[in-house]
Amino acid sequence: MPDQPTMSDVSMLVNGETRKLRLDVRTTLLDALREHLHLTGTKKGCDHGQCGACTVIVAGRRINSCLTLAVMHEGDSVTTIEGLGTPENLHPMQAAFVKHDGYQCGYCTPGQICSAVAMLDEIKAGTPSHVSADLMAQPQLTAMELRERMSGNICRCAAYPNIIDAISEVAGRKT
Amino acid sequence: MKSFAYERAASPAEAVAAATRAEGAKFIAGGTNLLDLMKLEIEAPTHLIDVNGLAFDKIEATPDGGLRIGALVRNTDLAADERVRRDYPLLSRALLAGASGQLRNKATTAGNLLQRTRCPYFYDTNQPCNKRQPGSGCSAIGGFTRNHAILGTSDACIATHPSDMAVAMRALDATVETLRADGGTRSIPIAEFYRPPGDTPQIETMLMPGELITAVTLPEPVGGRQIYRKVRDRASYAFALVSVGAIVQSDGSGRVALGGVAHKPWRVEAADTALLRGAKAAAAQLLASATPTHQNAFKLPLIERTLSAVLSEARG
Ligand SMILES: Cc1cc2nc3c(=O)[nH]c(=O)nc-3n(C[C@H](O)[C@H](O)[C@H](O)COP(=O)(O)OP(=O)(O)OC[C@H]3O[C@@H](n4cnc5c(N)ncnc54)[C@H](O)[C@@H]3O)c2cc1C
Ligand code: SF4
Ligand code: FES
Ligand code: FES
Repeated sequence: MPDQPTMSDVSMLVNGETRKLRLDVRTTLLDALREHLHLTGTKKGCDHGQCGACTVIVAGRRINSCLTLAVMHEGDSVTTIEGLGTPENLHPMQAAFVKHDGYQCGYCTPGQICSAVAMLDEIKAGTPSHVSADLMAQPQLTAMELRERMSGNICRCAAYPNIIDAISEVAGRKT
Repeated sequence: MKSFAYERAASPAEAVAAATRAEGAKFIAGGTNLLDLMKLEIEAPTHLIDVNGLAFDKIEATPDGGLRIGALVRNTDLAADERVRRDYPLLSRALLAGASGQLRNKATTAGNLLQRTRCPYFYDTNQPCNKRQPGSGCSAIGGFTRNHAILGTSDACIATHPSDMAVAMRALDATVETLRADGGTRSIPIAEFYRPPGDTPQIETMLMPGELITAVTLPEPVGGRQIYRKVRDRASYAFALVSVGAIVQSDGSGRVALGGVAHKPWRVEAADTALLRGAKAAAAQLLASATPTHQNAFKLPLIERTLSAVLSEARG
């Protein structure tokens, strides 16, 4: 039995559209998005939770799509970079990355942007971080906070300062 | 990744029944450790039982003034819970020092306790490792041991348990609640939860095959200044070299547990008593039985200094 692939049906709401797939149960959410739905905006860096390139937003929360199985997301809503904005109609975070040059090669960028969008919601909801001085206070929008909260997204090109500028601009507008 | 049969458990009883029915079955919660290891075929369950549908996602007050944390409560939610932030800040701090925002959004309370070692030889399937392949030998002993255990080791394994959360749970005297296949439940104090490596380092906890963690309970809050200090190679998104979790009362008494030094969070009663006499005295008790290697002997002074910093912060 073990080497016979097990197939399973799964239905997810991807970028607002219901998508039904029949998949080998081993398929990660990342591979389902890229290889089966051809949504190649989401990138595979390490495939082991160590880089953040595969970050997508599931049920409002950012997660690493490489470390979760697609079949574990029956009925879930999934937002990828393609669902945040389009070239004609950029999400404010995408526009801010363009404006501040928040990338070089761009490989980490979809993950950075999905992560940043959901991260700002975490701050709004009052989720503390490792660098929050007071656990009971509303977290501050300092560069130190943003850096710590974005540490799950590695940028090999080290565009970090510009990424922080881009996120800060959107955060400033939001709050 | 080896293929497996996949099923979603609709009830705890169904989950344990499924786990006992199929040999080689495993529960999957957040999946952030298990899938990582399955991709490398270090873990190869024949049957995956998805427990995410079980109603273990709540944090409730207990009759004796403590908290009961469901096995599936995500690390993000546990760290952010107002009662935890207020009454058990050590737990929030330890959780927030671990992994990344994305990983904490998936990682669960039970999965975090059961995550496996980060020993590089355990991860390298070309190397012998008693934990991965019982009886094959330990590549770490005599190899690179910079981040290996200095306490509680055996001739078969010198790996550490990498969890930050578990260190806080140990200092807070948490209890692990489980459900067994026969329907029986039990409560395992965290102090007894992790097994010493001995000559069976592949058996890491007191859990029986197919036993499901349902919750982790905390006794009523103990107050004090609660500090978690983690020392690592980079400022974020890295495992601990060493960590110190301490609860210090205004009279200087308290508790201390260490991470990054053993197969379990390390706490010694005599060290708690010695806290009143300062970091040097407490560290001497904590490290009394240490057996460091040449490469990880740095952890001894590092612990004493980290504890010293924690105690001055607690007094300040
Ligand atoms: C890049 C990276 C960095 C990390 N950094 C840190 C760090 O700095 N500090 C830290 O502490 N951790 C760190 N982690 C580890 C992370 O905390 C764990 O992967 C996570 O907590 C595991 O939880 P999970 O729910 O995803 O577990 P899973 O992967 O779902 O499961 C882990 C194990 O627990 C078992 N299990 C799960 N639920 C139950 C249950 N209810 N009953 C019985 N058995 C169960 C599974 O069968 C499996 O064996 C890191 C991980 C990654 C990938
Ligand atoms: S220390 Fe333990 S986990 Fe590491 S190689 Fe030795 S037996 Fe394996
Ligand atoms: S590809 Fe998922 S974290 Fe690197
Ligand atoms: S822009 Fe190249 S990796 Fe970040």
